[in-house]
Amino acid sequence: MNQPASLPLAESLLAAPLPAGGPAWLDAARREHRAAFAAGGLPDTRIEAWKYTALRGLAQRRFADGDAAAAARGVDVAAFALPGVEGPRLVFVNGVFRADLSALEALPAGVSLQPLSQALRGDAEPLRFALSRPALVGHGREAGDAFAQINAARAADGVVLRVAAHAKSIAPVRLVFVGAAADAELAWHARNVIELGEGAELDLVEQHVSLGEQAQLATLVSDIELGDHARLRHVVVQDAAAGANLIRRSGLRLHARAQATLHVLELGGALVRHDLRAELVGDGAQFHTRGVFMPHGRQHIDTQLAIRHQALDTTSSSHWRGVAGDRARGVFRGAIVVAPGADGSDANLSNKNLLLSPAAEIDTKPELEIYADEVKAAHGATVGQLDERSLFYLRSRGIPLGEARALLTAAFCRAMLDDLPNAVLREHLSGLLIAQLPA
Amino acid sequence: MLKIENLHARVEGKEILKGLSLTVNAGEVHAIMGPNGAGKSTLGNVLSGREGYEVTAGTVTYNGIDLLALEPEARAAAGVFLAFQYPVEIPGVNNTYFLRAALNAQRKRRGEKELDSMQFLKLVREKLKVMQISDELLHRAVNEGFSGGEKKRNEIFQMAVLEPQLAILDETDSGLDIDALKQVAQGVNTLRSPDRAFLMITHYQRLLDYVVPDFVHVLAGGRIVESGDKSLALKLEQHGYAGIGESRPAGAVA
Repeated sequence: MNQPASLPLAESLLAAPLPAGGPAWLDAARREHRAAFAAGGLPDTRIEAWKYTALRGLAQRRFADGDAAAAARGVDVAAFALPGVEGPRLVFVNGVFRADLSALEALPAGVSLQPLSQALRGDAEPLRFALSRPALVGHGREAGDAFAQINAARAADGVVLRVAAHAKSIAPVRLVFVGAAADAELAWHARNVIELGEGAELDLVEQHVSLGEQAQLATLVSDIELGDHARLRHVVVQDAAAGANLIRRSGLRLHARAQATLHVLELGGALVRHDLRAELVGDGAQFHTRGVFMPHGRQHIDTQLAIRHQALDTTSSSHWRGVAGDRARGVFRGAIVVAPGADGSDANLSNKNLLLSPAAEIDTKPELEIYADEVKAAHGATVGQLDERSLFYLRSRGIPLGEARALLTAAFCRAMLDDLPNAVLREHLSGLLIAQLPA
Repeated sequence: MLKIENLHARVEGKEILKGLSLTVNAGEVHAIMGPNGAGKSTLGNVLSGREGYEVTAGTVTYNGIDLLALEPEARAAAGVFLAFQYPVEIPGVNNTYFLRAALNAQRKRRGEKELDSMQFLKLVREKLKVMQISDELLHRAVNEGFSGGEKKRNEIFQMAVLEPQLAILDETDSGLDIDALKQVAQGVNTLRSPDRAFLMITHYQRLLDYVVPDFVHVLAGGRIVESGDKSLALKLEQHGYAGIGESRPAGAVA
């Protein structure tokens, strides 16, 4: 059961005219997706995947469609500086590509990187398959895809990144999404299509930042497809301001012996939702994620991880940690399916959480469904407080209680970054984690 | 320096210390010996301020102040150090970082200037040399994956860096082979000074072969039942705890 499309949020998302002037198939697809959104409305908590994330408050708000002045907004590059990451970057402000802030000159051979708005002006045919559906992975299996639908209807910009077979990006490619305060509270949308050819290698850094505390709604849908033997290392740093409502869906499809490793930091935002889905469709594919979510204040951060093992000898490991303070809420759902025929698969999922205040809450739900043979699978989830013995040990050496708590909490989170090879970036991210902790 | 008078303490509702009195002066090394369950570790934990230990009667005066009124971190800054029987592993916290945070927190509380990383590193190198400890230990997480001997050596190393006035060693000798025991003892001997006192809690006499105490006390049934010089330890070694003191609890044998 969904909430009716007559609520202010749905109404405001439906009101403005759709982007037009694209290829006929795209305009038709946009209309179709908008109609699907209008019919389905917003998901409510009776839908399992939205059980712990109520949209009641958000549904009563209205957001203006897009930012007509995005191209002219003053944005200091320091706002998204990231130590240890130098290389090509694509920067979007309120969902609109900004050539002046981007850096496209250092692209290695075989790597093509351009904004979707530009790609659609040229030969859009290669994007037809991707843009005709709301998302590469998982769409249509369950209710509650409203945001993917509205994204498919409205997103006029985003990233188109292709790495040709056997090409390697030596420097990481950085995708930066900046939400900037405008005259009105905005909704904006971005659609990313990323493809790695056979044996291709890509380092990818995705950043979400804000300028100003104004409320916004952003939807981002990313499709990432890895050809046989392709390798992806992907770091996501979500450090948006307290006004940002950020609804993202990342879908990865991994072909034979492809490997994807993700490190995800969810630090900022008001209501944050990330649907992270992977389909391991080729034999021997590997999908590894490490993530930390740290809601504080009244933040709500929800990660929905769904992995489908669909081929022989596929491997997934998922290690996520959550820390919630104040009156914040964290949600983690890790659903792993080992489909019939995915014999010899190995799936490992853990989610450990710390509550820093009695009013904070974390809901975690690991799910495992196995339909294949000779499968190794392990999953576990805990919610707790800091270890008293460790706290006493630190205090007995003179470290005050507050500092001891911060030290142990930081260590708890930082463990998820241990295997990040870029030491400068690792130190910087570790600093962001510590900055998030109560003083 | 330390004056314990008629100390009574409970753990989980059970009275463990039942009127313990003890005076320790600067420069002295006291050994507290006793059978299992006599209250030896409880004494160390009460003195260092561990939660869950309820003092029901008695006083502990340290350099003229009421030690029991202080938070554990304030006791540390005042110069009290507990070498743990079971040092805690803290994954993700680097040993050097931890020790510097500890030292600077203590200095800050005492109103002394904090050490910058260069000054701290210099101090650490000196102490490593004196304690004959490899600097490889510094780069690891606190006690994580350390062997039993490494953990105990790390405790002594921390003590060397933090330079306490009163060091309480809680069964620091337990679980050590003879070489590790000698190393730990050598570390303790290096740190002996006229300004520093040691309270060595131990079950066995063998540590006292290497760190010779000024006084030996027998703790049984929650009280000091006999005190003497180092010869008392030898007597215990020969005859066990049976027959020591008047209020020996039933079943308490070495």
